[in-house]
Amino acid sequence: MTAPDTSASPVPREAEPIKAIPVRHPGRWVAIAVIAVLAAMFVHLLVTNKAFNWPFMFQNMFTPPVIRGLVGTVTITVLAMIIGVVLGIVVAVARLSDNPILRGTSWAYTWFFRAVPRYVLLIVMGNLGILWPRLEIGVPFDTYLGKLFGLENAHWRLFGIETRELLVGFWVGVLGLALSEAAYMAEIVRAGMLSVDPGQDEAATALGMSRGQALRRVVLPQAMRVIIPPTGNETIAMLKDTSLLIAVPVTAELFFQLSAIGNRTFQVFPMLVAAIIWYLVLVSILLVGQYFLEKRFSRGYGRAAKAKMKLEGLAAEHGANPEVP
Amino acid sequence: MTTPQPARHRAPDDPAGAEPMVRTENVHKAFGHVKVLRGIDVTVPRGNVCVVLGPSGSGKSTFLRCINHLEKIDAGRIWVDGRLVGYQQKGDKLHELHDKAVAAQRREIGMVFQRFNLFPHMCALENVIEAPTMVKGQNKADARRRGMELLDRVGLADKALNYPSQLSGGQQQRVAIARALAMDPKLMLFDEPTSALDPELVGDVLDAMKDLARSGMTMVVVTHEIGFAREVGDQLIFMDGGVVVESGPPRQVLTTPQHPRTRDFLSKVL
Repeated sequence: MTAPDTSASPVPREAEPIKAIPVRHPGRWVAIAVIAVLAAMFVHLLVTNKAFNWPFMFQNMFTPPVIRGLVGTVTITVLAMIIGVVLGIVVAVARLSDNPILRGTSWAYTWFFRAVPRYVLLIVMGNLGILWPRLEIGVPFDTYLGKLFGLENAHWRLFGIETRELLVGFWVGVLGLALSEAAYMAEIVRAGMLSVDPGQDEAATALGMSRGQALRRVVLPQAMRVIIPPTGNETIAMLKDTSLLIAVPVTAELFFQLSAIGNRTFQVFPMLVAAIIWYLVLVSILLVGQYFLEKRFSRGYGRAAKAKMKLEGLAAEHGANPEVP
Repeated sequence: MTTPQPARHRAPDDPAGAEPMVRTENVHKAFGHVKVLRGIDVTVPRGNVCVVLGPSGSGKSTFLRCINHLEKIDAGRIWVDGRLVGYQQKGDKLHELHDKAVAAQRREIGMVFQRFNLFPHMCALENVIEAPTMVKGQNKADARRRGMELLDRVGLADKALNYPSQLSGGQQQRVAIARALAMDPKLMLFDEPTSALDPELVGDVLDAMKDLARSGMTMVVVTHEIGFAREVGDQLIFMDGGVVVESGPPRQVLTTPQHPRTRDFLSKVL
């Protein structure tokens, strides 16, 4: 408010601030007491129970194999998310296309990969070698085509490798997690694209932009605002799901390494606690990153931005009209 | 108005200008069972401003969206600058145009929407230069220079770096006009450009449109602004129930409407 406005209104009067006795909350004190006792019992357990074997845990949670596993876990998370997001965008765009074949295919993709549990999917991927001992690139159905032309055992192949060589832990893990992630990301991206006002696509179309241009330049950048927050959650879930890779198995992975040490030394529990601590640390880092990402992508938009502007407006009002005369 | 004739393409010996900018012939459009357009014949000569009036639900916005093929028509023909919109006539067969060809046609037709539809993640200038650089492949510096000229023309050069959320409705709509003009269209379509604006912001947008009309742009304007129709309209079309009920010079239609439905509508809005 500016000075001329207030000068026209009545002069503010002095007032005695209210001094009242606050309402008592005995329930809170009871709750504090109960929680304090439970916390004390928990700390007592941690300190006195020999099964925790803290010195052993601290000695072993920073060993080179564990650190390599840690790096592997982070690498797999990043790779699986990158492939998952890119593939997810492709599937989402296909799902929203005019082409019924693409729409059906992408629907079937999301249906399949959302229905199969990740753990089961990873075990299946680890055992694909049973299906095809060798993977080869060549003409599809070559033996049948050969028979049509009177050739027995026609093999028109360019090159091939042993499945066991290709599907070594790491890449099976990345691929399995990425394929599954793409199905979820497709749903998230689709929701994001549907959240963009259809008038935006229309305006881009009316300007003569192609579907691809409208998508890349107009729709997707705006959909990002809706896509980013759940993608942060997906990344965190993905980091935790790397522990499922023990099913493939993937050796360059945190949980595999920690439980290997536990099994070898018969110190299972300390290593499980070490796993919990590592995951807590990693997820906490991601949570910080997610906070800043969301802040960045909500710039200039939506309720949060409007609320902020309103707060700034209120602050300005307070500044102009100090409460204490 | 010229009499409709079954011209396919502009004949080589046809002097430029003889062909009207927009010609529609018996245009029909239905959404499901609802017949929105039931035979629209309209001719807009080059440089004319055609104002479309009518009650809501009369099909006037749909008609406008058919002209740049945002809506596919069910029957009839639309020509813009002598070329069939959305289709190609080969012999006695009509072929659908490829998306790319339709996009190329749309480049020459500017459109301004009721709800502005500016791109909220781009500043005003970026909104204006987006299509020239992306679609026409114009050099960024040139596009920027031209974009600033256009923003200046609608009186918003000082708002070039503001995002749409920082602009008033009237300013947003003028940026939208500049954005459409940046593609150097031959024809401009306005879909109720002032209906979403606060009354005190309408004037600036109408001024920008009048300026455009005076520069000789062919315009089809769906609006409720009777004053605008009277002042700059060369012809007025009154639509109701998916047909053109009455058309003619704006002063004549507005002062001495012939059809009872036109009289009824005008008595309500005037």
